[in-house]
Amino acid sequence: MVQMKSSSLGFLAQTILLLFWSAMALWASEPKGSSSHGTNIFAPASTPARSIADLSVFVLVITGIIFVVVFTLLGYSVVKFRGREVDAGREPAQVYGSTQIELAWTIIPTLIVVVLFLATARVIHAIQDAPEPAGAVEVTVIGHQYWWEFRYPKLGIVTANELHIPVSDPDHPAPTFLQLLSADTDHSFWVPELAGKTDLIPNHPNRMWVDPQRTGVFLGQCAQYCGTQHAKMLLRVSVDGPEDFGAWVRSQQKPALEDASAVEGRRLFERNACMNCHTVGGTQANGRFGPDLTHLMSRSTIAAGAAENNPNNLRLWIQDPSAIKPGSLMPAMKLSDADLSAIVSYMETLR
Amino acid sequence: MSSNAITIPGAQIPARPWVDELHQWLTTVDHKRLGILYIASALLFLVIGGVEALIIRIQLMHSHNNFISPEVFNRMFTMHGTTMIFFVAMPILFGFANYLVPLMIGARDMAFPRLNAFSFWLSFLGGLLLYFSFLGGSGLYGAGSAPDVGWWSYAPLGARAFSPGHSSDYWTLALLVSGFGSIGTAINIIATILCLRCPGMKINRMPLLVWMNLVMAGMVLIAITPLSAAQIMLLIDRYLGGHFFDTQAGGSAVLWMHFFWIFGHPEVYVLIIPCFAFMSEIIPVFSRKPIFGYPVMVAATVCIAFVSMSVWAHHMFTIGMSSYANSFFTLTTMAVGIPTGIKIFNWIGTMWGGRIQFKTPMLFSIAFLFQFLIAGLTGIMMAASPFDWQLSLSYFVVAHFHYVIVGGILFAVFAAFYYWYPKITGRMLSERLGKWHFWLFLIGFHLTFDVMHIPGILGMPRRIYTYEPGRGWDTLNLIISIGAFIQAIAILVFVANLIISYFKGARAGNDPWDAWTLEWSISSPPPAYNFATVPTVASRRPLWDLKHPEDPDSRYE
Amino acid sequence: MAGLILAESAIFTIFVVAYLFYLGKSITGPTPSEVLETPIFYTICLLSSSLTIHLAAKALERDYTRLFLVFWLLTIALGGLFLYGTAMEWHRLIYEHGLTISTNLFGTTYYSLVGLHGFHVTAGLIMLSVVAIFGFTGRVGASQSGRVAVLSMYWHFVDAVWVVVFTVVYVFGR
Repeated sequence: MVQMKSSSLGFLAQTILLLFWSAMALWASEPKGSSSHGTNIFAPASTPARSIADLSVFVLVITGIIFVVVFTLLGYSVVKFRGREVDAGREPAQVYGSTQIELAWTIIPTLIVVVLFLATARVIHAIQDAPEPAGAVEVTVIGHQYWWEFRYPKLGIVTANELHIPVSDPDHPAPTFLQLLSADTDHSFWVPELAGKTDLIPNHPNRMWVDPQRTGVFLGQCAQYCGTQHAKMLLRVSVDGPEDFGAWVRSQQKPALEDASAVEGRRLFERNACMNCHTVGGTQANGRFGPDLTHLMSRSTIAAGAAENNPNNLRLWIQDPSAIKPGSLMPAMKLSDADLSAIVSYMETLR
Repeated sequence: MSSNAITIPGAQIPARPWVDELHQWLTTVDHKRLGILYIASALLFLVIGGVEALIIRIQLMHSHNNFISPEVFNRMFTMHGTTMIFFVAMPILFGFANYLVPLMIGARDMAFPRLNAFSFWLSFLGGLLLYFSFLGGSGLYGAGSAPDVGWWSYAPLGARAFSPGHSSDYWTLALLVSGFGSIGTAINIIATILCLRCPGMKINRMPLLVWMNLVMAGMVLIAITPLSAAQIMLLIDRYLGGHFFDTQAGGSAVLWMHFFWIFGHPEVYVLIIPCFAFMSEIIPVFSRKPIFGYPVMVAATVCIAFVSMSVWAHHMFTIGMSSYANSFFTLTTMAVGIPTGIKIFNWIGTMWGGRIQFKTPMLFSIAFLFQFLIAGLTGIMMAASPFDWQLSLSYFVVAHFHYVIVGGILFAVFAAFYYWYPKITGRMLSERLGKWHFWLFLIGFHLTFDVMHIPGILGMPRRIYTYEPGRGWDTLNLIISIGAFIQAIAILVFVANLIISYFKGARAGNDPWDAWTLEWSISSPPPAYNFATVPTVASRRPLWDLKHPEDPDSRYE
Repeated sequence: MAGLILAESAIFTIFVVAYLFYLGKSITGPTPSEVLETPIFYTICLLSSSLTIHLAAKALERDYTRLFLVFWLLTIALGGLFLYGTAMEWHRLIYEHGLTISTNLFGTTYYSLVGLHGFHVTAGLIMLSVVAIFGFTGRVGASQSGRVAVLSMYWHFVDAVWVVVFTVVYVFGR
């Protein structure tokens, strides 16, 4: 019968699809070769991400087994009990139920749930209730529409959008503990290869930790819809070796470089509204509404990852942020060309 | 179509002027007509919501695309979600409930016909109000047009400070108004089922569809109202200077989340339980066996209703609750999978040993079983809160819930269409077009939503109007978008089937499927009064007893 | 009506939860113990109106239409007195203590909760008045006692909610 064949074909098609997508998932999860890492939750580089990945594989195996069992039962019943022409007009045996079978398929899932729950509860506690060791790097993350503020209270550093943390040797762990706050609406800090995401909610401080075991740049972005430019609130986490991290810290702790060639730019910066929103360490500019620009040139992107950090983009951003990130809260400064060039040159000196 | 006069076979009744007919429809209190109105309005919003989805998918076809601006994108996903949940899924299920429940219990109409009409028009008005926002949302601040706060309108994004203008108020008011409509319908369904069953139909002899709509209606009463309360609070914040969710005054954004999800989670069970109802009616008929384990199915449904009230914070695993809270909600969320799984087993048990007929309603039902299983399993994955810390707010969740809503609910609704369209209109839907619809939609659905799990695993968050290249998301998103268009074509085939079959479909007769519940004992379409004489039943399958007097069900129950 | 009461209970529960959650969390402004005075008299009025409506319904069942009207009007009067008391209290809070819905978290949650209840009392009084009008024109007799019973269920619900609100706001919350 055509009907019969099309359904068996249908199941064959579905099985093939299943295998295909599994292959796709495996292909897509290959680790990237460069020092810039991807955003694959199954390529963990830090203990929280690894515990999650391990638990996830366990859950996947169990749910996979359940799927195979039920799918087989379903497929078998569809094929074996299909109505044949010879049976037309006769009804099959009318079976109303079976207490033993019902009990069986209640008890077995209950046991599975118990096992899954216990395995999960262990990981929850291990990650959430991990004590903070002395000497851990502490970062306060403040979410803004649409950028990240990073403050290192014990080190006296304030920066934005690109986080630097030390690599952690599994034998001598050097974790980083992050306190998560928000200045406006809800955000979420998600760098998949380092940890699960945790939200930044105003009036509701949160805490998370990472201990990355590989150096390199880890990517992420805001995961909780926060407004127009939620999509461009990107994260770059640079995990540095001990010397590199030390060097970075020392350079960030210094106030802004004073470069004689940028005097005019600095004067314009302070004369215009720029200093009302931005801070440049060691100068009069101490606005808190926008990112700290003291070491702007140490960052590889601007506008929370929306554009590469180069003079052209800087110029475009200052003149009209909506050309790069429409909906961003930075106003278009509408400066004259000369003023704009001077300010951009000044920005270029903030290494 | 049904008229309000007694049907006299062969009588020459002059055609009514169309103005009269329109007036009949606008003022009807007949549950069958209101059912059709609900379903028709839901189909209209389905197409609109579908267009919004296609716009989203075009924008996401490749990284850094420029098809629409971020502002428009954010309105699209907000309107798509809000429309589909409140103005497609709920009305279509209320519509089927309205049509079928009185017929299945042998009643003349719902308990409160005028409340029924009022509730429908409230719901429809809510939908119109929401869409009026495209025109009227500008308000005084010019920050207008449709709402763009997501269908949850999380605090403080929904507050005056972050959503000036009136766009977000359209969201709030539209849902408040249609919410009251839903409560009216729920009260009606409960009163009808408890009070108007025909003689002999004890509560444990009702068809499972009736049972499940009873449970659903009970859930609506206590699940929709928390949202209404929260929205009243939001309006007080926005217009009277209140501080319910004003974090600067000490208010709590998390409180909104709790209130929203106390509504939001039971809401999805409100949506799926009537679909379980459809499956429980259709699968037995096309397997030629009674439902396996009727009492267990009832118990499992009631169990799901209760447990689902205790799982809401699994939508909040990432907000920083304590490890004890996270563990608790992990446990309850996994636990609710048990009665749900039992139902899947019972449906397979119904098919087991049967003589399965692969008509279109059954094709959709089998696909439902397969897809709902997968959706349930991805749900179990996310129930493990650490796994959820990665998967939440990503495209994995989007894939999961579309798997439930499209792969589960919509497939079940299609099955219900193909099964009951003959009863409602007196004509069979075309099997040929039905199979085209089914296979096209199946392929499109799987292409989109199977693949969609992968970008989530690869770190793609949701609600982003564009994404960065080089993260491995481009090709996947392209495939997802292609699948969406295939689904759109399938929907067009479906709509064509609905229209063509209305005029050209084979006459259905009373009982085209050889089924066993009371609605198949009367003509297709039913007369306005439903039953000429009030039926008396002695078992769960009264028509089986009539057709098989030598072996009635009443002997075995 | 039972269904409606169930749904309304859920709405009130959410407002009560918000009230309890925000107790003690106001950043500024008057606190409950500073400004609230327990409205014992008006509470007694409202709760007695449950008794009078019950008596009215019972009278109607036996077709004592005049007695029914007397108790019914008494119910309306007691309900109206309760609303008057609420209005007086709010007047005092606003003008003497400067507490409004936008003052602080306590103001927001207090006025919302008590206001939502007051709104339901008002709606109830409107419905009761409509029945009173029908009663005066001789249209309410023993055959309407079922409908009157449903309405009095609503009224009892409104009183029961007040018991909860009273306990939460004036007893527990201070």
